[in-house]
Amino acid sequence: MEMEKTDPALNVTAEGAEVLAAEATGEAEASGKKPALTPEQKKIRWKAFYNKYKAWLYLLPAIIILLVFTVWPIFNTIRLSFLIDYNYQKQIGGKVFEVGFSNYANVIQYTPFLKSLGTTMLLTVITVPISTLLALLIAVALNSIKFFQRIFQTIFFLPYVTNAIAIGMVFMAMFTQIGTPPYVQSYGIINTIIKAFGGKPINWVNQNSNYWANIAVVCIYIIWNALPFKILVLLGGLQSVNKQYYDAAKVDGASRWRTFWHITVPLLSPMIAYVVITGFIGGFKEYSSIVGIFGDKMGPYSADWQLMTIVGYIYRNIEGSNTNQGRASAAALILFAIIFVVTMINLYVSKKKVHY
Amino acid sequence: MKVVLQNLTKIFPSRDKKDKSGEVIAVNDFNLEIPDGKLIGLLGPSGCGKSTTLFMISGLEEPTGGKIFFGDDDVTKLAPENRGIGLVFQNYALYPHMTVQQNILFPLQNLKGENRLSKEEMLKRANEVARLVQIDEYMNRKPSELSGGQQQRVAIARALVKMPRVLLLDEPLSNLDARLRLQTREEIRRIQRNTGITTIFVTHDQEEAMSISDFIVVMKLGVIMQTGKPQWVYDDPANLFVAKFLGTPPINVFTGHVENEKLYIGEEEVLDVKGAADQEVYVGIRPEGFILKQTGKLTCGISGIDVMGRDISIVGTNGSAMTPAIRAIISADELKNAQGTVAKFDLKPHKVFLFNKESEERVWFGSQIEAHAEMVEQMKAEGQYYTTHTGPLPREQDDKPKEDKPVEEKKGFIAKVKAFFSRKKDAQDAQPSEAAEPSEESQETKSEE
Repeated sequence: MEMEKTDPALNVTAEGAEVLAAEATGEAEASGKKPALTPEQKKIRWKAFYNKYKAWLYLLPAIIILLVFTVWPIFNTIRLSFLIDYNYQKQIGGKVFEVGFSNYANVIQYTPFLKSLGTTMLLTVITVPISTLLALLIAVALNSIKFFQRIFQTIFFLPYVTNAIAIGMVFMAMFTQIGTPPYVQSYGIINTIIKAFGGKPINWVNQNSNYWANIAVVCIYIIWNALPFKILVLLGGLQSVNKQYYDAAKVDGASRWRTFWHITVPLLSPMIAYVVITGFIGGFKEYSSIVGIFGDKMGPYSADWQLMTIVGYIYRNIEGSNTNQGRASAAALILFAIIFVVTMINLYVSKKKVHY
Repeated sequence: MKVVLQNLTKIFPSRDKKDKSGEVIAVNDFNLEIPDGKLIGLLGPSGCGKSTTLFMISGLEEPTGGKIFFGDDDVTKLAPENRGIGLVFQNYALYPHMTVQQNILFPLQNLKGENRLSKEEMLKRANEVARLVQIDEYMNRKPSELSGGQQQRVAIARALVKMPRVLLLDEPLSNLDARLRLQTREEIRRIQRNTGITTIFVTHDQEEAMSISDFIVVMKLGVIMQTGKPQWVYDDPANLFVAKFLGTPPINVFTGHVENEKLYIGEEEVLDVKGAADQEVYVGIRPEGFILKQTGKLTCGISGIDVMGRDISIVGTNGSAMTPAIRAIISADELKNAQGTVAKFDLKPHKVFLFNKESEERVWFGSQIEAHAEMVEQMKAEGQYYTTHTGPLPREQDDKPKEDKPVEEKKGFIAKVKAFFSRKKDAQDAQPSEAAEPSEESQETKSEE
């Protein structure tokens, strides 16, 4: 360990080594019998030991936690995904399991899983570009106002600190209608507004509601919920852009629009890339928003699992009586593979488009 | 294009809206006429408002008062892009994500309507400018892949590509190393000569300004101290500030007095000064104004002899000098006279400048009077009119007596509570305020570029 060199206790280490060496020769003379150490020697020995390993000592708590809660689960997930009929064999007392790809085959051939994959991708592909673009516009607008900037910043940041389930319930209430058509007793605020403008109320989230209506609500929720973080990152980026580039652009006669596209966006591109990549990763892990709006059956009443996502499928396979941890593990690894590939594509694209 | 600045004033408001004393006058009633096709250096110590002046000409900074004319057009209210200027920033502000070519093309691509060029024409123009500043080999590089000097030239190319009426350079050489600085300033001179564009540049380095300008403007605290041809300003400074600011090594300043047309430094009578009235004066002597002689009239102690290349200078001391060390540049032949610990000098009359002690303005004497008049005549004849500051000279803000604001001692919460109750008990025991706040008003920082 390099840091020992600058350590003031280096002398102690050297001394300790001497003592150890002396002991070694003494040991040989005493023909195998260990001489008793004086407290002084013990102290020096301990110091030498401590100095050698203290870095590991400080790292130990974190390492243990990581091993137990991250490394082991990852290995176990991989293991489980390859064990055939793990849960059934376990129930009947099996100890040795067959290894194979049947979990993957089952998952991939299972229609609801494919549908959940489609839903997840759809949500991601719709929400990430829209929320990024909106966040960029809002960040630029926020950056250009002087008064109330802090207040608006706080307002835009509020969704970030609010509980996802609570927001989901509020969204549910906003889009709901009580009673079934044509006997609807009352509408949520969105339908009330639509009606006020002379439109026809839409069954957004209730019984017999359309898949696409559901998707629309979830998308609005996700975009709204994703904005604060993105605005924060982009605003931070904007504020660190040297003001002189804008002065230069002004002298060069660039219009506002050209300044935005040719100066602001390229200079912000590292932040934009970061926001997009994390957005994709977050999008593929979508779960809580749908549970927040539609409850843990992930669908409107009478159409359970209509909006199941990949993470939803994984949860479904490990909770309740009908568990199948093998399939859940396989699905988790498939999700990992998808996220990995998409992130690689993102990085590849950003290498060409991002100016660091 | 002739550039005229008329009563140009810039006041930065104080941060505290009620307290007007915090406002900073960066540029104060600035009048200047810059002739067409010349290279002008705005020169002054940092915080003198030279960059502010430049940015007002560029349109990035809005003047508080006064007018700016390009030729006969009043451009005071015009946006920067409509003024027809090229601006080179101190740190170049090249767009880091664009190649050299894209950087140079950017101003052209922004043109709209009938001014818009075809793509081929844009490229042709960019290539021409790149060749002019000699960066055409690096067209596909990013700014981060260029050296400082190359970046500088790209910045100039970008400023020139729109064929501006006026080219503005903000401290163009400050980010370059010494050798490159010499090279680049010649480059700037060459480019300016080739294009014939009226060029204004800002610098705090007097050597830089003197070496390439047709015309320099020396500023202090937002006020013009003197304008003119660099050599003339050097040879004939109008006040102590200009004399001190120009020249390396700097001018040696002594206190002295004039009595019966004789100049005394300390007790020694050193020079005949015909035409100068009796008064207390500052005596400025350029380092090259000394002649080492055994019969010399000014006696100085020798504390060292510096040999720097071809220059040999004597570092000495004198009781009347304003600085602890005075410096005299002498020739090698004279050096043999510098034996022992005392040096005696005669003075060259045209290198000795007298300044009234009160006003710090120049007191001409002897042949200087005719030389000065001749110089002014000649400058006016050449269209390079001569200006000096008139009226009271601007003083540093520090000279003002400061108000000592009583500030209450800092206390913890409990102490505050105790103080509150004790005050209620005996109101007559009013607490005297202890420490006055050390008010460090940094007037300089705001008006700086």
